[in-house]
Amino acid sequence: MTDTTTQPSTEVDYSGVPLVEMRDIRVAFGGIHAVDGVSVDLYPGEVVALVGGNGAGKSTLIHTLAGAHPCDSGDIIVNGTPVTIRNPRDARGLGIEVIFQKLALADNIDAAGNVFLGREMRNRFGALDDSAMASATRDVMKRLNPRFKNLKTPVKSLSGGQRQSVAIARAVHFNAKILIMDEPTAALGPAETAQVRDLVTQLKAEGIGIFLISHDIHDVFDLSDRISVMLQGKLVGTVKKNEVTKDEVLAMIIMGKQPGEATSREIAELHG
Amino acid sequence: MTVSDVNVTTPTDQAAQDKKTFKSLLASSEVDTRLGGMVVALLVIWVAFNILSGGNFLTSRNLWNLSVQSASIAIMATGMVLIIVSRNIDLSVGSLLGFLGYVMAVVQTKWIPESLGLGFDQWYTWIVALAVGLLLGAIIGAVQGFVVAYGGVPAFIVTLGGFLVWRGLIFRMGEQGATLSPLDKTFKLIGGGPEGSLGEWRSWVLGLLGCAGVCFSIYRSRARRQRYDLGVRPLGMDIGFAVFGCLVIIAGIALVAIGYESPISGDPTGVAYPVVILIVVTLLMTYVAKRRRFGRYVFAFGGNPEAADLGGINTRKTVMYTFVLMGVLCALSAAVQTARLDAAVTNLGVQNELDVISAAVIGGTSFAGGIGTIPGAVLGAVIMQSLRSGMVLLKIDSPSQDIVVGVVLVTAVAIDSFIRMGKRRSMLAALSVGLVISAIIIQTGRQ
Repeated sequence: MTDTTTQPSTEVDYSGVPLVEMRDIRVAFGGIHAVDGVSVDLYPGEVVALVGGNGAGKSTLIHTLAGAHPCDSGDIIVNGTPVTIRNPRDARGLGIEVIFQKLALADNIDAAGNVFLGREMRNRFGALDDSAMASATRDVMKRLNPRFKNLKTPVKSLSGGQRQSVAIARAVHFNAKILIMDEPTAALGPAETAQVRDLVTQLKAEGIGIFLISHDIHDVFDLSDRISVMLQGKLVGTVKKNEVTKDEVLAMIIMGKQPGEATSREIAELHG
Repeated sequence: MTVSDVNVTTPTDQAAQDKKTFKSLLASSEVDTRLGGMVVALLVIWVAFNILSGGNFLTSRNLWNLSVQSASIAIMATGMVLIIVSRNIDLSVGSLLGFLGYVMAVVQTKWIPESLGLGFDQWYTWIVALAVGLLLGAIIGAVQGFVVAYGGVPAFIVTLGGFLVWRGLIFRMGEQGATLSPLDKTFKLIGGGPEGSLGEWRSWVLGLLGCAGVCFSIYRSRARRQRYDLGVRPLGMDIGFAVFGCLVIIAGIALVAIGYESPISGDPTGVAYPVVILIVVTLLMTYVAKRRRFGRYVFAFGGNPEAADLGGINTRKTVMYTFVLMGVLCALSAAVQTARLDAAVTNLGVQNELDVISAAVIGGTSFAGGIGTIPGAVLGAVIMQSLRSGMVLLKIDSPSQDIVVGVVLVTAVAIDSFIRMGKRRSMLAALSVGLVISAIIIQTGRQ
């Protein structure tokens, strides 16, 4: 390891306390175990990709961390302290911010209103301070998307990339320590995807830990430090990106085989 | 492209640019075009009825009556906006209004004077009656809202139940629903009439307050935007708005409120109390909808319930409070209507729910949720009442009136949704179909 500058993603410090540890998380819907005893962790400045097919339980797992719905059993430990997350407000209190797949924006409200949704700035009479919120939003946007101008129009009329900027601005403005990105590039064009990728690198450099849920194996390999693979509600394994090949990760996703377990013939079948 | 190229414009470019600058001027004025369109529609209706009735519509007397008749529906419509914006509906407002009006009447004609033996027309009678009505309205609203928000029962069902229950309760109260009359002398003033009005000099004070308010709010919003460097309208435009706003207020008071002379005393009547109540309610509700967190949450929930939930908003509480507000506004309207009749009758407020919902919808409130304005709903109520009042002047029978109001309601919503989809032609088609049908019904309905 002589040249570390070209591989900044390997510089994660695993010696300290993890930002988040989720231990033995279980969630059941009716009789179906959507998440069945999964443990994952995340360190400062690290990107952990959560991958798996449809219905593997990635979103459900991450929703328990975001407070979107509770887990049936298991522990969540943030900065070494066990915590209870019952709703989105609890999660935000712990510095956990989420960018949901469906973006979770109120279409009829402007960018500033969305960035501050649920955490509005108010003046001394308790009324909404729209000018202050617009001004703060403009400042965050300067960092994320300098071309963003439409602070006062409902976000319905914005493009996919601009809407994504609004969703990310919401997380960034409130100084997230832990960021959850659920398919952040699914709805975006190539240029906008590149923008989001830059942003991930930038946030990582600031010491923010990111859980990245993605279907795109290229995104996963380009952005993440470690990869946790889920299959049918269970964790197949967590691997360091630098120690595996894409084929090995595909074998984990599809067949649930550990790296090295899958035969070359099986891997050939994956491509067939 | 060199610099000199940029300045070369052909005539067609020039025309396109003019159109563009007009559009950008309109955009920079931040005038609500939908609201502007409604004002134009209202003026067209007024002028049309004035011509058809041979100049009887645009008289001080008629407009003054129109303002009083619109007030009670408009007061409730401001609350209905928030209910519909949050993807619910309230079918119980007419029955609730009847019930609350009846309770207030019982308080002032039975409980205070007879049951408690305190006598009629005490100084506090109207205050107690009104307070009981407002409180009961809030409680009933809270109950309905609780069942909708926390019980998960659709608002349509809950308020359909309320529609039957509150009307039924009127008959169960006291003497099987006898008419209660007369009411307390002070309470009666809430209903308007020559005595229940501000009179000349107080109307002018109200007008001056209004002008000062318009100027102050324009100045304040300008100052705030300058402070945060957010870009302001051209100064001339702001001054123009302020002058225009003041002129409208002064003209309204001079021509309508002062112009209408009391048939009893011959003095100018001034602004009627129901209209004063409506103005206060409109300002307060606009403030709540636009400037308070609660209002922001109502609109956020209507726009995307899931996003509101994930944003950490207590959406259930928000929905419940929209019904509480609706209940309080029903009580206010109930006070206005009973006071105006000087009696509580069992069929008070029958069909009011339909008028209130229509007013909100004509005023641009969308059932898809998240869209609607308080001033729009008030304008919607005035448009509805203008249609009715105009048709009465033209001596059109009541069933034909209903047909026209129904046609206008559907046409208004069709036009609104076509404009939103950018379908100009369909919009014009809807407009002409609506106009033709209305014209035929009005022409054939004359007695």
